Amino acid sequence: MQAQPVQTPPDTITRVPPRNGIELRINGESYLHTGDPSMPLLWYLRDVLQLTGTKYGCDSTVCGACTVLIDGKRALACARSMDTLAGSEVTTVEGLAGPDGSLHALQQAWIDEDAILCGYCQPGWLMAAADLLRRKPAPSDADIDALPNLCRCGSQPRIRRAIHRAAAQLQAAKGSK
Amino acid sequence: MSVRLPLTRRRFLQVLAGATGALIVGVGRARAADADTPLALLGDDLTRLGPYVRIEPDGRVILGARDPDCGEGTHTSLPRIIADELDADWTRVEVISLGPDLVSGNDNLRWRYGHQRSGDGSSIPAAWEDLREAGALARWLLVQAAAQASGVAAANLRCENGAVIAPNGRRFDYGSLVKSALRQAPPQTAPPLKTPDDFRLIGRPAGDVDAEAMVRGEEKFALDQYMAEALTAVVLHCPWPGGTLDSIDTQSALAIPGVRRVLQFQPEAGQPLGSTPIANGVAVLADDTWAALRGRDALKLSWKPGKQADASTADLEQRARDLLQSQAEPTRHVREDGDFAEIAKHAPHHVEAMYVQPFVAHATAEPMNCLVRIDTDRIRVVTPTQSPQEALTIVQRLTGMNAERIDVQVPRAGGGFGRRLDHDFLTEAVLLAKAAGTAIKLVWTRDQDLRNDFYRPGALHRMQAVLDRRKRIVGWNVRKASASALAGRDVPADRLWTSEARPDALPAGLIANFSSTWYELDSPLPRGPSRGGHDVVDAFATQMFLDEIAHTVRKDPLELRMELLGEPHVLPGATANGAIDTGRLANVLQRVAARIDWNRRRTNGHGLGIAFHHIDGAYCAHAFEVSVRGEKVIVHRAVCAIDVGRVINPLGLKAQAVGATVDGISTALGQTIQMRDGRIVQSNLRDYPLARMAQLPREVEVIIVASDSAPTGASIVAMPSTAPALASAVSAATTVRVRQLPLMPELLRKL
Repeated sequence: MQAQPVQTPPDTITRVPPRNGIELRINGESYLHTGDPSMPLLWYLRDVLQLTGTKYGCDSTVCGACTVLIDGKRALACARSMDTLAGSEVTTVEGLAGPDGSLHALQQAWIDEDAILCGYCQPGWLMAAADLLRRKPAPSDADIDALPNLCRCGSQPRIRRAIHRAAAQLQAAKGSK
Repeated sequence: MSVRLPLTRRRFLQVLAGATGALIVGVGRARAADADTPLALLGDDLTRLGPYVRIEPDGRVILGARDPDCGEGTHTSLPRIIADELDADWTRVEVISLGPDLVSGNDNLRWRYGHQRSGDGSSIPAAWEDLREAGALARWLLVQAAAQASGVAAANLRCENGAVIAPNGRRFDYGSLVKSALRQAPPQTAPPLKTPDDFRLIGRPAGDVDAEAMVRGEEKFALDQYMAEALTAVVLHCPWPGGTLDSIDTQSALAIPGVRRVLQFQPEAGQPLGSTPIANGVAVLADDTWAALRGRDALKLSWKPGKQADASTADLEQRARDLLQSQAEPTRHVREDGDFAEIAKHAPHHVEAMYVQPFVAHATAEPMNCLVRIDTDRIRVVTPTQSPQEALTIVQRLTGMNAERIDVQVPRAGGGFGRRLDHDFLTEAVLLAKAAGTAIKLVWTRDQDLRNDFYRPGALHRMQAVLDRRKRIVGWNVRKASASALAGRDVPADRLWTSEARPDALPAGLIANFSSTWYELDSPLPRGPSRGGHDVVDAFATQMFLDEIAHTVRKDPLELRMELLGEPHVLPGATANGAIDTGRLANVLQRVAARIDWNRRRTNGHGLGIAFHHIDGAYCAHAFEVSVRGEKVIVHRAVCAIDVGRVINPLGLKAQAVGATVDGISTALGQTIQMRDGRIVQSNLRDYPLARMAQLPREVEVIIVASDSAPTGASIVAMPSTAPALASAVSAATTVRVRQLPLMPELLRKL
């Protein structure tokens, strides 16, 4: 057995410089935010990444148009600054469909019930509904009543139906497995 | 190849070959003021028309939607009208949004696509007039091509689902016929349109064409569009209408990383409201929205009030009360039939009530915004507008750019409700882009949106009725006081009443002694178009007063209305196509009454309410069942019957009826815009509340009345009867007679 040649260590070691910034995952991809740490997630998604499915609708955390999931739970992107999100996993409406692009049951139910109208608030509703179904796979009308989102066009009755439809579909799919 | 084809006088079709060998058929209308100008005198420039229909050699059909879609469903319904006549395969249709396009002219603009306006109920009637012809011509040319290819006479060929079919069953896919269709000589007369028996898409339900892009978050609204070099502008307007900037210190704002400029803007002198900035303002221009918002918050500035520094809506309401109680001569006699004063002297029954309604805002989901880039030889604008041609005209005026070099793109808009018929926000963006010398992405925050709106004017109605011994209404006197929605808009003083009242508003024509007068109020609150406008406000007063009368003389509210409408007959309307069919009104009333089981007495504390209204040939009624528990109004049932004539898309029509019903409930429950000390009080969606899911009925039961009448608009007709049906159900449930909106504060005051 031949001895390995002994390596002489270099006089100085060049280290990889640490990257400043906030690292987080959005819809399964890694991102590093190097701008203003006080920037709300909403404007990072929209202005920086141009993931514009998450909408701006108010400044008072009341409309729900910017609803996303942070670590699986409902959150308002306007109310979470980037410096609170290091290491977080964010899901926006663009990440609701499956990796192969197949629609989430909620998205299909929204289409089936034609719940769109102007469409502006719908991404927020979809994300709030995704959170609801995670907590309550068979939500009651009262559970749906408790969703805080607003819809100016008046699609709420169809949104309600779509949520029930998606829930039933997901339950049936689960039962058949 | 380019072919022109006269259809009827002043209407033409044009066929063009697309760059990819596609067949393109357009249609449009000459729009000169004098409708009787002979065809030969019109000249070619009025007849060069643009494309609505494009068929690719691979069989894809691309249809242009000319009216903006702010949630009215025009991007689905308009292409369906074309596609039906074309016998297109709907699953192979793609829809594109058409911006405004010019036929010619810079001083006297002529538009390629004809009607381009949404949200005022005019899209469907206009489309019915000319869009079917675009589909019919394309189909005719394809049939000629198939006749040539098959040797079968055109008369023996038929079309189905994107193909021409020969008697022997052979199919010619449209795509395969395009090349030959382009070479066909155009028909001598307009190809016949289908009869309703042959409709395949019209009358059948279709989902929103953009639904998938919407639920994936991929649909790009104007606010979702970016240009790399554009600075984001966030604005502050002077909180006092007519006020000015007193002092400004921009140092701390400019110190924020990313903030580039702070600019001021002003309304231009002499420009009508809606086509110039709404108020004096300051804009912070920055690299992104967050920096601009931080910059705005760091501004140190003070404002000076204008002339009406102490104006308030409370004062305005008091002035209106005084005026309506006085003997003052009205600004306008809207209608006088018979002699109300005379009949009132002798009649045995008198009923009187005053109704008070607030100013309300539009509060569109997508706030006002505009993306604009001005180059030396070209301007690009992306903005949510309900009137693209007006948008382009304003850009031209502000920049002096040749109109043909201005590109206005019209994406789907997050709600309109009349707010986007005005373009104050667009003028701000253009003025800022000019001043800064860079592209601008203007974003209004919600507070600016709510405080700088062209509000629906509030109103007071003083209503009087007299009844004969048999308790029939024989006299009606409505006196209304409001600030005109047309003030400040280049409308002559003697026409300001037209946004506030109409001479054919029911019960006009049904009561022999009828008087309707209008008293003008002055207010610093800017006003403008809204969903249904004065129809919504007047329907509330009229329908609530009918209930008041029924209550006073102990008649059933439905019975009183049916008596009033009488045997089905047609009342002449104030406008050409405004005739009112009382039979259709009675029908929608009966339909909602039957559905809600009106004659069954509720003993569980629930109350029922019913109301009707009509707008431009469309008829609607609502019936509500509610209860009041503690401080909550619970809507157990909401029923809406709607008759809009021929239904293009029943799924879309239902969406409009449900949406308008929810809008009506939401507005009636809690919305009010107030002015105190010359400033708007409300500034966010907490103090200007939209109804939440829990406050709304779980279902809005929509009854669509089948009809062969010409189709009418559907986006506004279900608004006016909602609030009175709701309020009268609340009255029935609580015995509190509601005479003021919004309902919740009024109810809590009186309970």
